[in-house]
Amino acid sequence: MKAIVCVKQVPDTSGKVAVNPDGTLNRASMATIINPDDKNAVEAALTLKDNTGCEVVVVTMGPPPAEGMLRELLAMGADRGVLVSGREFGGSDTFATSQILAAAIKKIGVDAEDVVFCGRQAIDGDTAQVGSQIAEKLNIPQISYAADVKIEGKKVTVKRMLEDGYMTIETQTPCLLTCIKELNEPRYMSVGGIFDCYQKPVEVYDYNTLKDDPLIEVDTIGLKGSPTNIFKSFTPPQKGQGRMLEGADKNTAAELAAELLKKHII
Amino acid sequence: MAEFNNTNLADFSGVWVFCEQRQGELQPTVLELISEARKLADDMGVEVCGLLLGDKVEGMAKELGAYGADKVYVCDDPALATYTTDAYAKVICDVVMEKKPEIMLIAATNIGRDLGPRCAARLHTGLTADCTHLDVDVEKYIAFLKENSTLPEAQYASINKEDRNLKMTRPAFGGHLMATIICPRFRPQMATVRPGVLKKGEYNEEKANAVVVEKLPVAISEADIKTRVLEVVKEAKELVDLTGAEVVVSVGRGISKDVEKGIELAKELAAEFGGVLGGSRAAIDSGWLTADHQVGQTGKTVHPKLYIALGISGAIQHKAGMQDSECIVAVNKNDTAPIFDVADYGICGDLFKVVPLMIEAIRAAKAGK
Repeated sequence: MKAIVCVKQVPDTSGKVAVNPDGTLNRASMATIINPDDKNAVEAALTLKDNTGCEVVVVTMGPPPAEGMLRELLAMGADRGVLVSGREFGGSDTFATSQILAAAIKKIGVDAEDVVFCGRQAIDGDTAQVGSQIAEKLNIPQISYAADVKIEGKKVTVKRMLEDGYMTIETQTPCLLTCIKELNEPRYMSVGGIFDCYQKPVEVYDYNTLKDDPLIEVDTIGLKGSPTNIFKSFTPPQKGQGRMLEGADKNTAAELAAELLKKHII
Repeated sequence: MAEFNNTNLADFSGVWVFCEQRQGELQPTVLELISEARKLADDMGVEVCGLLLGDKVEGMAKELGAYGADKVYVCDDPALATYTTDAYAKVICDVVMEKKPEIMLIAATNIGRDLGPRCAARLHTGLTADCTHLDVDVEKYIAFLKENSTLPEAQYASINKEDRNLKMTRPAFGGHLMATIICPRFRPQMATVRPGVLKKGEYNEEKANAVVVEKLPVAISEADIKTRVLEVVKEAKELVDLTGAEVVVSVGRGISKDVEKGIELAKELAAEFGGVLGGSRAAIDSGWLTADHQVGQTGKTVHPKLYIALGISGAIQHKAGMQDSECIVAVNKNDTAPIFDVADYGICGDLFKVVPLMIEAIRAAKAGK
């Protein structure tokens, strides 16, 4: 039995996003992190490993430095890493990305008892599409927004969140689950794990490794294989300077009320 | 799978809306989508079709007609009573392959965001997530850019006026960047649309009666559905209609000194405006409020007339969910808090002291009106 986890390295947008005066994003000031939802997915796989002794394989698509992130995940307890990296893969939208990741996952091998874990969405693109699209391309069932997961043999039971409640859904392995933060509390790397992580195997899958898969064709990967293209990107106009009301006293409150009255809000 | 793509884009016509229902209740956000589809279809000179899946749901067609649907395709089957990815994706893809719509809109609910990508992958087409603005007509798109972007005019003056692709605009990086995305080579052009962002049109009784309902055969077997829904639980809680509210008063970490009192003050202030209570992620993660109160990137996007932020620092994830509010008032102890960058009115002070004064002043202002 195996747990395969798809992970993405993303810019750390939490509180550190800075906008330049010309309105562009100041990326230089942003560090990269493991996408938060993906950490929950890794934790779910490691919990499965704790319970069943299964193998945990972490896979990411990205530039070569993403290997560092894979090492972190190996230090948390994953058994091996796969880095999918190649110029041919660059510029992929969600369709092309899932095409490539599905081919990589097929190469790793999805057996009858295996589970694929993804995060619900990445904080840079926020699309929440890649997990579902991978499941479609692997032709396995998916359950997204997983807040609780029980896996007994081949039976998988998931609490799937809705806006106003939840559904309990049952399915069989192999299947794909997308995880949300309510699912678990990701563990830290252990000191022993950090020592060992450089001994664990990390394979690199490039275009040549995957090119024989029917999913990998010129018109299904990379920029050329992406159905969607960016037409324009732009920054919204900065809001005009707001007004600070001086002194936090009765007069300030009255002034605010007067302003709101003037704007017909009250 | 769907080999028809890449063949002839001209074979595709019509603007479709997936009409999500849950337990026999039409999701209100669908009406926003139908209203928007009407505008797009008028620009293109085509029909608006609703696609309605469920068990005995035909009765909803009239309401869809009232907001702009010319036609509603109904797929009725007991197997469609409750949403499953497998059954819905199969039925939708079958119908889409047969009828060939040009545009397909889906609400970006937890269900729509599960269904959309599965269908797009099967149909081999593009899907843009969580759109906040849609255009087909180039003149209208340019007018939108003029108002909502800092692009120099030269950047959009050269856009081909004949372009009939759907221009799908969505925020990226928490709203600091906007991207307009197109899907020029594949059909249908699919988009999920953020609930609460587009405006619902007027109810039109005449159109409601004129809607054409076409029942489609449903070919689905047990073997097609690999998941089984054991139960659907609606969590009994007080309904928080954040997206529909005209006034939202939100609390953040700043109420930690006395959480109960802080929430009570915020509720009292909200009540003065007939508004609702919201919260930042910090307030939700600390267990002070339930998740349905959360405003922000991972919570709800609101654009009320008035947004009052009490003790919220204004992290980008929070601002992403409220910066389009018409008027923003922020109360914070720290005068360098980033929330003041988007606030129309800022008060630097202790919210426990300021809020009671605000309530008093607003009462007085109302009384004097």
